[in-house]
Amino acid sequence: MTAAVFFGCTFIAFGPAISLFLFTIARDPLRVIFLIAGAFFWLVSLLLASLVWFISVQISNKDSATQQKGLLIFGVVLSVLLQETFRFAYYKLLKKANEGLLTLSQEETMPISIRQLAYVSGLGFGFMSGAFSVVNILADSVGPGTVGIHGDSQHYFLSSAFMTLAIILLHMFWGIVFFDACEKQRWWAVAAVVISHLTVSCLTFQNPEYVGSLVPTYVILFLMGVWAFYSAGGSLRNLKLCITCKDRDFLLANHRPR
Amino acid sequence: MNASDSDEDSYNERTALVPAEAPALPSYTPAPDPDPPNQTTAKRPAASRQAGPVAGDSGSGGHGDSAGSSGRGSDQDADADEEELTLKYGAKHVIMLFIPVTLCMVVVVATIKSVSFYSEKTDQQLIYTPFTENTASVGRRLLNSVLNTIIMISVIVVMTVFLVVLYKYRCYKFIHGWLILSSLMLLFWFSFMYLGEVFKTYNVAVDYPTVAVVIWNFGGVGMICIHWKGPLALQQAYLILISALMALVFIKYLPEWSAWVILGAISVYDLVAVLSPKGPLRMLVETAQERNEPIFPALIYSSAMMWTVGMASPADAQRSGHETDEEAEQSGRGAEPESRQPRPFTDSELEEDRGVKLGLGDFIFYSVLVGKAAATGGDWNTTLACFVAILIGLCLTLLLLAIFKKALPALPISITFGLVFYFSTDFLVQPFMDNLAANQFYI
Repeated sequence: MTAAVFFGCTFIAFGPAISLFLFTIARDPLRVIFLIAGAFFWLVSLLLASLVWFISVQISNKDSATQQKGLLIFGVVLSVLLQETFRFAYYKLLKKANEGLLTLSQEETMPISIRQLAYVSGLGFGFMSGAFSVVNILADSVGPGTVGIHGDSQHYFLSSAFMTLAIILLHMFWGIVFFDACEKQRWWAVAAVVISHLTVSCLTFQNPEYVGSLVPTYVILFLMGVWAFYSAGGSLRNLKLCITCKDRDFLLANHRPR
Repeated sequence: MNASDSDEDSYNERTALVPAEAPALPSYTPAPDPDPPNQTTAKRPAASRQAGPVAGDSGSGGHGDSAGSSGRGSDQDADADEEELTLKYGAKHVIMLFIPVTLCMVVVVATIKSVSFYSEKTDQQLIYTPFTENTASVGRRLLNSVLNTIIMISVIVVMTVFLVVLYKYRCYKFIHGWLILSSLMLLFWFSFMYLGEVFKTYNVAVDYPTVAVVIWNFGGVGMICIHWKGPLALQQAYLILISALMALVFIKYLPEWSAWVILGAISVYDLVAVLSPKGPLRMLVETAQERNEPIFPALIYSSAMMWTVGMASPADAQRSGHETDEEAEQSGRGAEPESRQPRPFTDSELEEDRGVKLGLGDFIFYSVLVGKAAATGGDWNTTLACFVAILIGLCLTLLLLAIFKKALPALPISITFGLVFYFSTDFLVQPFMDNLAANQFYI
């Protein structure tokens, strides 16, 4: 447990998210605001879930370990469902705000599109979720200590960091797919997002059997990533054009010579 | 020995947000309306924490856009463009406040977490909070903290009324002297203490002559930047630093429960003082508006940027440039035009962005809340939750400012959210997250 572990785990967990933030969101104040609002919505959902869990713990038998574990699992499931509910609530709020602005300005152009909002809000959820999961662990990793001295797994920090990375990116993909599905009224896609979130959370019940939880999580991450790419309007053709720098629309929009 | 008191008058500031006067929006005019852009509510005396006005100017954005098309004089088009630009400029102003508030909080939290001096329990207390909290029973402790709060808030009220009276009777020299004295104390004495504690924490041996030179330079440049002229970024940095220093003093010397009750009470006071018709702060704003002058710009955080619109004459440029530059007016000599280099005039209209202002009192109390969250218990989740809550509160306040376009208090919404999230995260979320982390469950 040294500075190396601390910095390594921090960069693993937050590296991609922070670079996404720096390169795509930081320049535009509107996106930053919606990111922070997304983080706030996630926080409120966590608050409600914790409230319910806390009350249930108070009225339960505190000595029985199995009961406490059962309550914790119940808390996890409830929290996931509440998070998705708040994602939907955020979607509704953004739609209302968008419509209000549209009628006010009587123009076709909006300063920020619903797809950008999907991306930004998903990332906001992800940031907050990742931060709450891992920041205390990172703070502990700076100090002295021995990992797993009582026989627990020695890979605690590393696996936490990788899991956090997966969760942050997953939230971003879930946001994109969710908003797109709500736009097109495809409720099966919404259900799929909720189910995949539940799956990922329930997979972590197997920890510290990290193979059983991390590998499927990354598989789901990859699949959701592909799905989000397609629902955001990407395609193989776009990808090819982008990589070979031949996409004229993109270059024009960014004023770059070919 | 109690900490010196003239600094402690700092919290007597108003925390208020005031919009700028939106200039009239004709389709094409050569010069913007040079009304005083910064309606500042009264400043409190003494140490740096002043509540200030925030001038959220969104109207000027539309000017630049609609002026290009001289044919479309219709209000609808102007409104349409204004709305879109209002949203963009509104968002930009929000970010221009998010960044300094975040920086101040980061400085305070970093100090609290590393320098243990500021989170150690101490028996010294400010003279404004004479009742101790080391009592046996919970009820007695609560009573003591409420009494402390009452004393503190009454001191604040008295100071504010005193300031309003001074301002009404035009005792500008007295006020300026008071401000200079308090920023002197902050920049020299408190930063010396801070430096000493940092050296102690990291076990660095530094000799007195070095420290004297460092503090002298730091304080001297700070005084010049804040009270006279200096690069905007440097002035902003100094204001953030002195807000952080003041917040650290509060975190150290206010007893636990008193601090929370004081935070709640001062939000209520802020609400009352700015919005009620007989509130001292409102009277100050109105007096300043009548006299058409900005109030005590020295202790308000300003992010003003200024690009002149293409103007017909250099005189206009100078006049408008002077109006929006706070530093020009800080010399206390009123509306004395200073010579400015004429800006290059182009035919294309540039937008004039007056930036936003936020009182230093807001910075201080936000940082006190987040710092207390960081100090009590080693928990980062609570700190993060308070941080997000305060930012969202600030965002909502600025939204209200854009809607109502009048002086608004900046504390109530943010502090309410912050307090709610602090207590709920500390009592409800923390056990939940701890259990999850122990089992490595992820939600």
